Amino acid sequence: MNEMTTIARTTTLKDWETDQEVRWCPGCGDYAILKAVQRTMPEIGTAPENTVFISGIGCSSRFPYYMETYGFHTIHGRAPAFATGLKLANPGLDIWIVTGDGDGLSIGGNHTMHLIRRNLDCQIMLFNNEIYGLTKGQYSPTSRVGTTSPSTPYGSVDRPAQPAAFALGAGARFVARGFDVSKKLPEVLKAAHAHKGAAFIEIFQNCIVYNKDVFEDFAAPKGAEDRQLWLENGEPMLYAKGTKGIALDAGALHLKTVDVVDGDWQAAGVIVHDVTNRSVAHMLVEMRFGEFPMALGVLYDDPRPTFEADVVRQNQAAAEGKTADLQGLLKKGQTWTVTESGPEL
Amino acid sequence: MATAVEDRADGERQSPLSDAVVVRFAGDSGDGMQLTGGQFTLSSALAGNDFATFPDFPAEIRAPQGTLFGVSAFQINFGSSAIDTAGDAPDVLVAMNPAALKTNVPALKPGGLIIADEGEFNDRNLAKAKYDANPLEDDSLAKWQLLKLNISQLTMDAVKPFGLGNKEALRCKNMWTLGLALWMFDRDRQPLIDWLNAKFAKAPELAAANVAALNAGHAYGETAELAGPLKQHHVDPAPAAPGLYRTLTGAEGIALGLVAGAQLAKLPMFFGGYPITPASAILHHLSRLKEYDVTTFQAEDEIAAICSAIGASYGGSLGVTSSSGPGIALKGEAMGLAIMTELPLVIVNSQRGGPSTGLPTKTEQSDLYQAVYGRNGDAPMPVIAARSPGDAFDCAIEAVRIAVQYMTPVMLLTDGYIANAAEPWAVPDLTTYEAFPVEFLTEVPEGGFKPYGRDDKLKRPWVKPGTPGLLHRIGGIEKEVDTGHINYAPANHQAMTDIRKAKIDGIKVPDQIVELGAEGGKLAVVGWGSTFGPIHQAVRRKRAEGLDVSHVHIRHIWPLPANLGELLKSYDKVIVPEMNTGQLKTVLRDQYLVDAKPVNKVSGQPFTIAEIEAAIEEALK
Repeated sequence: MNEMTTIARTTTLKDWETDQEVRWCPGCGDYAILKAVQRTMPEIGTAPENTVFISGIGCSSRFPYYMETYGFHTIHGRAPAFATGLKLANPGLDIWIVTGDGDGLSIGGNHTMHLIRRNLDCQIMLFNNEIYGLTKGQYSPTSRVGTTSPSTPYGSVDRPAQPAAFALGAGARFVARGFDVSKKLPEVLKAAHAHKGAAFIEIFQNCIVYNKDVFEDFAAPKGAEDRQLWLENGEPMLYAKGTKGIALDAGALHLKTVDVVDGDWQAAGVIVHDVTNRSVAHMLVEMRFGEFPMALGVLYDDPRPTFEADVVRQNQAAAEGKTADLQGLLKKGQTWTVTESGPEL
Repeated sequence: MATAVEDRADGERQSPLSDAVVVRFAGDSGDGMQLTGGQFTLSSALAGNDFATFPDFPAEIRAPQGTLFGVSAFQINFGSSAIDTAGDAPDVLVAMNPAALKTNVPALKPGGLIIADEGEFNDRNLAKAKYDANPLEDDSLAKWQLLKLNISQLTMDAVKPFGLGNKEALRCKNMWTLGLALWMFDRDRQPLIDWLNAKFAKAPELAAANVAALNAGHAYGETAELAGPLKQHHVDPAPAAPGLYRTLTGAEGIALGLVAGAQLAKLPMFFGGYPITPASAILHHLSRLKEYDVTTFQAEDEIAAICSAIGASYGGSLGVTSSSGPGIALKGEAMGLAIMTELPLVIVNSQRGGPSTGLPTKTEQSDLYQAVYGRNGDAPMPVIAARSPGDAFDCAIEAVRIAVQYMTPVMLLTDGYIANAAEPWAVPDLTTYEAFPVEFLTEVPEGGFKPYGRDDKLKRPWVKPGTPGLLHRIGGIEKEVDTGHINYAPANHQAMTDIRKAKIDGIKVPDQIVELGAEGGKLAVVGWGSTFGPIHQAVRRKRAEGLDVSHVHIRHIWPLPANLGELLKSYDKVIVPEMNTGQLKTVLRDQYLVDAKPVNKVSGQPFTIAEIEAAIEEALK
């Protein structure tokens, strides 16, 4: 293992920009996410040389080319596997995975699941635009039923995956949601970085060409108050300027929306958000938009020991007291010596 | 036995050069035949014999007892001169049940000895083996010598004092059989007794029972009526250079060679693997070697295994992955990325019978096309093939050297036969190996940092993430010459494709030598990988008969040795025996326009010496 490097450094947004021309479509939500990340990095305070962005294939996966850090644009769906090898080779690196709904949940779903299950310390930003953009608009595993696309001219019939629910189901210890143009996205990113372990962030992202404004129903600034539930640890789950909240229907064991009269949320039974409550987290990721507001922010955050730390610990324990005597190792096993008088043990 | 030099009725001749015996132990998967074979191998080593082994076991883990497909066999060829193969036809077959007899007796030499446990030849087992009548009781085995013993009963009697249950008592059968075999070949029992006592240190009664069974088998040989086919044979020691020896399987050879290679390169090793037969043994060996700066990672699939290894190489470790054909197929796309990003990587392919799942536990050499050509795009990659377990050690070091000195993935080919077979190995002195320490780029060089700038070998610099001042991005999209930025321009793609090809073509590999025979002549037998043994023996025999034939064995499959074309053209004829339908043959014909003729076998079994001899005779007609 390489020595741990935890160099903190004062940087500005400019320090995180490359000289490469950004090549997303004009108006793509990716621009906003890129800026949010570049704005967040100086606040996090890590050094660019100690930071690695790893991506798979897709529009989102061009991201590393625009970050003045180390970067690896890998192959479709496999970014988590590269990240795992890199982190085990050098646990001191700060690794960010950039993936999309097709990359991370379709072709790479298996790797996403296992990275989360193992709890590798990294940030996974899944840009969910509910479409395959780079291949020109086919429906994706998160597309809603009935999505018409070049490959589904009569509408898609399969049910969409829910990224946050998938992550939690895979054993995630950190699940958050944000969207491309949200001013609160940097706060979500910072919380993800502060979490030691696999931090999964679903970022709703507007594909202006193939799936335009598909998130407008909750992301549009107008009426956002009524449609977005921004979760804050220790705070009641309130939205619509405090006139509505989320409560538990204890009999049916599911969440419900309640009206809050005169700000008395306790009387309405509104739940206080506890980021370590896994049961509630399961309900939050399953909350259907429409009937409920969109749950955003940090839905769940309860760290556990990380994979790479456990591997390092086990490697050290197994090597304890042993010397790396390769010549000695070669002589192990069933050996005998041939002398002038013949072989002997 | 095989000591006599004589012409047999069926025309099959014994080697005039070797005083060798081939014994095959065959039984049910649960009979412990691999263990018996392994211990008999050690006793052969201690008797000073040279040897080669061939474990042949079913793909099923616990095949139903007594069935034909559940038979597990272990063959050993040992002798007083150099042994290159596990032997063609056995001289002695030990058959622990009817199924083992049925599946193995056709291979036995005419006149060879069958030792059968008649206690297992009951109606039930005969039916399972699809025998209509008991072959021990009719004349169907007349062309062989038959010795039927109730090994089951004799074992039960021998271990009776130790109070074991029936099932446990019968488990000692293999030790009784081993005892008899030790007597037959005049072997010392003490090392086996020591081994049993150590193995069952926590269950002394089991140790005692097994030792008793071993002694009883030995005593049976000594005291039974010697008028029958049972005779004692002594095979003289083979001449061997003084020094320390050990038994080595190919999987051990590869694992140790990789560790040695990483040490010579002064790199930590990262091994990403996924369970697959017969490659898993390499993962098992390496996962116990943490103190050698080895990190092993059992990934979620074959793709993640190679991708994690590439990620580790990107981070400055020696990335290694390993699999067999189907898994190698899954890794193909990632190999292309390692080629594109020019990162070092070793990919071990323990070949098995294909296509698809094919024959998981049987051997084949049919992944050569896959290794040399099997990727999308113009994706050149060095390929090295090991010929034996001991050679696998050196080939693994060579693969690491090329990977780090040229910043390229390298494929190391071995096969199921090499992986499982054991041979005596003179333990090498590591100080005789030249180190090739890796130098990472750590600061901006004169003239500025170019991630895809090159040295005289066309190697690009290796920079570890975490290095200040050298931040850059890499990926699978075509790279711009020098800068490594994305570049789709036609001239740039031409230039980069040419560079990738020139880099691999320019890898320095040793000139091809002639293993046996001479440069030039009537016939060259050209092989690669595990066919070394049968080719070498066959050429040796034919040369002893005065035929003009030479053996050329290729380790560097890609790039090929610079002198190979000239060498092949110096022979009137070239034949290429391969356990595939002619893959190296195609490469040789393509590269050199030589009229290389294929000699093919794809039965999942290694070539016999006799088969190669026949091919030589045919070619020289």
